[in-house]
Amino acid sequence: MSMHKRLPVLLLALGFAAPSAGETPGLGQPVSESEIRAWDISILPDGSGLPPGSGTPAQGARIYAQKCVACHGENGKGGPFAPVVGGGPLTSINSVKTIANFWAQATTVFDFIRRAMPWQQPRTLTNDEVYALTAYILAQNKLIGDNAVMNAETLPKVRMPNRDGFIVRFPDRM
Amino acid sequence: MENMLPVAGNGLLDRRTFLRGGAALAAVMTGYTVARPAAAAPLADEPWSLAPGAISPAYEKRSRFEEKVARTLSNPKGETRTSHARTPHHLINGSFTPNGLHFTIVHSGTPDIDPDRHRLVIHGLVKRPLAFSLDALGRYPMVSRMTFVECGGNSAPLFSPEPVQASVQALHGLASCAEWTGVMLSSLLEECGVEPKARWLIAEGADSLALSRSVPLGKALDDAMVALYQNGERLMPGNGYPMRLLLPGWEGNMNVKYLRRIKLVEQPAMSYYEARTYSQILPGGKAYKFYFVQEVKSFVTHPSPGLKLNGPGFYEVSGIAYSGNGRISKVMVSADGGRSWAQAALQEPVLSKAFTRFRVPWRWDGGPAVLQSRAWDEAGYAQPTRAQFVAVRGEASSVPPVTAFPNQHFNSITSWAVDGKGEVRHVYA
Repeated sequence: MSMHKRLPVLLLALGFAAPSAGETPGLGQPVSESEIRAWDISILPDGSGLPPGSGTPAQGARIYAQKCVACHGENGKGGPFAPVVGGGPLTSINSVKTIANFWAQATTVFDFIRRAMPWQQPRTLTNDEVYALTAYILAQNKLIGDNAVMNAETLPKVRMPNRDGFIVRFPDRM
Repeated sequence: MENMLPVAGNGLLDRRTFLRGGAALAAVMTGYTVARPAAAAPLADEPWSLAPGAISPAYEKRSRFEEKVARTLSNPKGETRTSHARTPHHLINGSFTPNGLHFTIVHSGTPDIDPDRHRLVIHGLVKRPLAFSLDALGRYPMVSRMTFVECGGNSAPLFSPEPVQASVQALHGLASCAEWTGVMLSSLLEECGVEPKARWLIAEGADSLALSRSVPLGKALDDAMVALYQNGERLMPGNGYPMRLLLPGWEGNMNVKYLRRIKLVEQPAMSYYEARTYSQILPGGKAYKFYFVQEVKSFVTHPSPGLKLNGPGFYEVSGIAYSGNGRISKVMVSADGGRSWAQAALQEPVLSKAFTRFRVPWRWDGGPAVLQSRAWDEAGYAQPTRAQFVAVRGEASSVPPVTAFPNQHFNSITSWAVDGKGEVRHVYA
């Protein structure tokens, strides 16, 4: 399939010692999970990868007013950039996709805030702040109660309305 | 000259016409140029023929007369939103896209990465988590392959219920093709030792939003590459310098640029771009997810809107065809809106998951014509007609702005109407 798979044969023909099957140049530097931790911000829908910490909608409202409102508007209804609250039914192929009407997993909210927000200062929020903002947005969308606490246990259990709204396009490629 | 007989309506000729008797016909061809000199003047030396020319620069740029051949920018002032730069398919030819004209989409600007400090980490469900520098990757066995990259949102204006009047660059400019050279991802995964439980990987960039996408392990072990070179030189910054994930034939956004981390996992992450942006709403309100493959597609680039036909006579109808499922097996071209078809010549070599240039000679009689192309791939898929496509995927509820993305993965037929003056317009036929 690829050129390098044929390389051992070529080297042998040239008189080099043939590498053993599966041998690689071995130039990757071993790294420990503790060394990777600062980069490892992946979160899965089952909650694996979620960090310690927690936050409530009330805590999130205060952070939102400081760090988010300028772009996403009062109460999350939209400003210069996309609303994070609200959303109508999906009635057309170009209906606006929102957290409330489209996103299938609440973990995606935490993940995207942590990796990309605020847009000009990504990855400056503490984990508690990210949990709080996630809680605020979910509560404003009536997806959790106003007093719910979001943490690594509770967030993956939030049931998103459009959870079952998807068809896998290419199941044979997965 | 039997092969000058039309093989399909409105003057399409046999694709072998020029291969057999080219010289005589080429002499009577007219082009897409705007005007010809009014009268023949005696030939004389021009100034550039009468004095030595310029010195050769260390890195050569094209002629100053070609500066109009450029990408169009959706966000030229760099406002806080996505920036698209589209390939001018109608102003170039062949099968590959020059690096300066390769399309780019950046969501949070182009990072200025010091290659000596960049690292690619592979971890998660592996026996040995490893970090690779660019220098280290440069010592691995490399492969080169020609492949297109296409944004999942390319051609999105064609979801409009009415044809949007725009150039082929505006409609289809978010696809390009290059020769990519790099290290097969399977080699690096082998060195790390993938755990049996791993089913997916999460690829992540070093850009400010740490763009991430989930990729099935099967694709990663099949033909995925960590690409380091683009058409022979290091990747352009807008295409992921110093390294990107290359998934031949799969949705552009999954070809993660500025690649810095790959985590092997059991399930997809459902990141923002897969959970929201690149899931596509269907007419009933359900949505597709994991629309990995860019399916078979073609469009005519010459002529196309903006390229006026300069009087009746001979022209070459040409365009590009490609499929994320393999090689192009056939392209048919129509000049009468799909009532009759002529088989196009395919430029060799026809490569899997790469642009294939197609060509058909055409004797335009000066009357109205509607040009279309339709491609088939070696996996047996046919480019759908517009009616077939819309029946499954629907249309936007109103005419969108040309830069909007009402939906994605549009791969139906594009139609160009030529009027009696030689002007070309986008139509639905």
